[in-house]
Amino acid sequence: MFGLKSDWSLSANDRYFTLDDYARSLPRWCTGCGDLGILAAIHRVCRENQILPENMVSVSGIGCSSRLPHYMNGYGFHGLHGRALPVACGVKSRRPDLDIWVATGDGDCFSIGAAHWVHALRYNMDITVLVFDNGIYGLTKKQTSPTTPEEYLTNTHPTGALLPPLNPLTISLGVSNISFVAQMVDWNPPLLYETIKAAHDHKGTSFVRIIQRCPVYMEALNLEMMDDPANLLLLRHEDGIPVPEGVDRLFENQLEHDPSNLPAALGIAADKSKMPVGLLYRNDEALCYDELSSVGLDMTYEEKLAGVNAALDKFSV
Amino acid sequence: MNDQLISVQEVSSAAEDLQARDTAEPIPEHIVEIVSDSGEGAQKCGQTFGIVSARMGNGVWTVEIIPAEIQPPARTPDGASGIRIRVGEALMTNMGNEANLVVAFNEQVLRSRLASSAYKAGTVVLLDNMWASDPSEDIRTQYSEALEEFAEFGLEVYELPIQTECLKVVPDPRKGKNMFVLGMLSHIYSRDTEQALNEIANIFSRKSEKVISTNQDLFRAGYVFAQKNVPYHYEISPSELADKSMVVMSGNQAVGLGVMASGMEMVSMYPITPATSASHYLADDFHLTGGFVHQAEDEIAAIGFAIGASYAGKTACTITSGPGIALKTEMISLASMAEIPLVIVNVQRGGPSTGLPTKVEQGDLLTTMFGAPGDSPKVIIAAATISECFHFVTLARRLAESFRIPVIVLTDANLATGVQPFERPEVTTDWFAAPVDQSDWDENVPAYDWDEETGLSARAIPGMRNGGYVLTGLAHNRHGKIAYDTTSNQEGSDMRSLKMATLAGTLNRPEIHGDADGDLLIVGWGSTLGTLEEAVDVARENGHKVSSIHLRFLSPMEPGLKDIFSRFKKVMTIEINYSDAANAPRISEENRRYAQLALLLRAHTLVDVDCWSVVSGHPLQPGNISRVIMDRVGEIGGDK
Ligand SMILES: Cc1ncc(C[n+]2csc(CCOP(=O)(O)OP(=O)(O)O)c2C)c(N)n1
Ligand code: SF4
Ligand SMILES: [Mg+2]
Repeated sequence: MFGLKSDWSLSANDRYFTLDDYARSLPRWCTGCGDLGILAAIHRVCRENQILPENMVSVSGIGCSSRLPHYMNGYGFHGLHGRALPVACGVKSRRPDLDIWVATGDGDCFSIGAAHWVHALRYNMDITVLVFDNGIYGLTKKQTSPTTPEEYLTNTHPTGALLPPLNPLTISLGVSNISFVAQMVDWNPPLLYETIKAAHDHKGTSFVRIIQRCPVYMEALNLEMMDDPANLLLLRHEDGIPVPEGVDRLFENQLEHDPSNLPAALGIAADKSKMPVGLLYRNDEALCYDELSSVGLDMTYEEKLAGVNAALDKFSV
Repeated sequence: MNDQLISVQEVSSAAEDLQARDTAEPIPEHIVEIVSDSGEGAQKCGQTFGIVSARMGNGVWTVEIIPAEIQPPARTPDGASGIRIRVGEALMTNMGNEANLVVAFNEQVLRSRLASSAYKAGTVVLLDNMWASDPSEDIRTQYSEALEEFAEFGLEVYELPIQTECLKVVPDPRKGKNMFVLGMLSHIYSRDTEQALNEIANIFSRKSEKVISTNQDLFRAGYVFAQKNVPYHYEISPSELADKSMVVMSGNQAVGLGVMASGMEMVSMYPITPATSASHYLADDFHLTGGFVHQAEDEIAAIGFAIGASYAGKTACTITSGPGIALKTEMISLASMAEIPLVIVNVQRGGPSTGLPTKVEQGDLLTTMFGAPGDSPKVIIAAATISECFHFVTLARRLAESFRIPVIVLTDANLATGVQPFERPEVTTDWFAAPVDQSDWDENVPAYDWDEETGLSARAIPGMRNGGYVLTGLAHNRHGKIAYDTTSNQEGSDMRSLKMATLAGTLNRPEIHGDADGDLLIVGWGSTLGTLEEAVDVARENGHKVSSIHLRFLSPMEPGLKDIFSRFKKVMTIEINYSDAANAPRISEENRRYAQLALLLRAHTLVDVDCWSVVSGHPLQPGNISRVIMDRVGEIGGDK
């Protein structure tokens, strides 16, 4: 089998995978849910990169978004609320050959899993982390999340969220050894595809916050953002997310931003007046913890046995 | 040995009686303590004494004496830091009762040991007399008052110029006095000086030559000093162990080596006393087998990381203590539900909550067994010896993989820091985990292809073609699909439980220590093995019909218990965890809270199992247990 890739190059693998080869069961998200578009973009990236399905592991926590592994071919790990990242890092730690996707929600990642979020970014293992940020707890039916905008009414704060929302971008950019921070909206499929592709192709932990529509609980929030593109700021750069032709016309605000410039990225992230979309920061030189955690993988049984005996010798009497 | 010093000594005008005293008196065993302020190296001294003794073929058991605080004030009873070494001709299995000989760096630390009944009238104390001439009058008074107290109690105190003698070798004896004391003890117990000098070189191998030679000089000085001034000289002949190839180590080192010998490649942990030193050991040596220690951001992440590796085919181990187990609960339940092999070592410490971090307790049996939402069956095994700390890790990995289940190995602070020799294991490559299977999966085989007879199923591992499935902690059917229907959760639960019965079917009945019937049966688990058996032996020597069993498998339980119990008039557990005393105020048969194993055994066998337990933080001592046994024998009017 063979197939054509989007740049017209020919994939001559003996197995060629179509979009269907990356799908599993039919998604059970609500009609109009932004998660559907994210899933489609991931499938396209998988096909474009012709990832071996059996080498793919999709890890998630709990939430609507964390259903993703059930819709991905290959191996999936739909674990505990907030704990996708430690599991994903553990998978990678002694199996650097596997291709790891993490799907997590704003509650899953920024609230219950916040400690793991910060530390996983610092470990910078070669995994792709997609946060489906709908600004609400979807699965448990409309409780305030860390990114719920102030004064949005929720079931836990019926008179409106009490605190200003947490800013996932400034926090991520503040983590030492951070290597990839991007933000995108779910309703721009070409850019979403390019963003996820760039994230996946990056070596290290790529953190992508995807602003995701939840028409069931956060319709007002989505409409506000979708209706007025002036709220968005497109980040452009030759080292950034490629902007497909024509797509740029949708953005009245655009900024040339060099993703190697961390202070500039922090400034953009902290500016509340506009929602940046594109690549805020990338560092290809950051240390990858998986290179440390996978030491000794090539040891033979004989070498290990000699190692055990050498260790025992130190205690022998 | 330094020929010079010894020969100087030999030609010196040693008195005739000292010569006579130099013929060593043979003894079967002794309990030795070294107590000091913390930071004075008493533990290092005692560990070295223990290692040299083990190398000479003696049985050894050590217990650390740990101060209540990290930096306790000097010269206070609460600051007592040190070590107890029980050394003898035979295999030593517990800390024993009162000490025979104590070296003390100051008199205050002795007072706390006296208060913990560590000594008896006649215990010999070699005490540094530097405090008698201290510039502070307060200290001089404290010193003389304490000496009076000791005399009244009946301690046999020898005031010795330890500090003064050390000053002849080093300007600041605070670092180094311990090696002088090691020298003293080496003469008193006729230890092999060459072994000791080598061991000193090992201890300071990361320091300069100068440090090594100074410490060796201190050792020699102590040796000669004891020869001249201490009226005790003993010999403890080697046990039958001497002919075997042995290793000597602490329980935590044994766990670490066990991980390496099991072929596991990763330990994922978050520091917590008393578990951490296992990872310290691994951090030094794990590279020898190509392994990696991951220090995670917290215990949940630590186990999550280990579960990730295990899911990907590299069964991993997470090592922790009580509060860490509490945090890992949800993940352990996931491993049980989703059938992920995993090894969890719980080095139990005193609880509840942060409890007694450095002290021993067997308080986590129930929480490891039941601390989970719903029914989360898992295997629980408890190591009773340091050798078992080593061997149970490999056992755990094998069980975890064969039964696709989390396995918890319980050890405790007593085993973790205790040092004991055991037969050197003959590790072969069969011990190691098999390479990750990456062969094609038969796509007709579901993700959980439960065998109706055993509950067992094969596991697809990422990378296996056609094996893809989604692991979930949600209720799922045999295809691994989320299933909220009326039968799937029941079937999954049945299958996971069935594995426990399958495993139970492979276990042997526990061995009975003593006769198979009688008046009283003691049931124990974990690190108390040696103490309980020694106490049972004493009772039997006195003609009482007492026996004991010691459980290694706690989940599933070892078979035959009901039958064994039926042959005794009374069955009781002895444990280091909380229980209400039967005769305590307000306590009745209806509201008595039982020790943890007792509660389980009562439910498991419907036998009226009694219990005795304490949460003092101390290891059990055979003398105390003998009294407990005699009380119970008295209550049931056992024959003699
Ligand atoms: C330990 C634990 N606490 C709480 C829950 C309940 N819970 C499940 S999902 C969720 C929040 C999901 O919100 P988010 O992560 O934003 O995902 P979304 O559903 O919005 O995609 C909560 C609180 C749980 N499953 N486990
Ligand atoms: S509740 Fe919201 S987030 Fe969840 S599936 Fe429905 S639309 Fe999507
Ligand atoms: Mg959400």
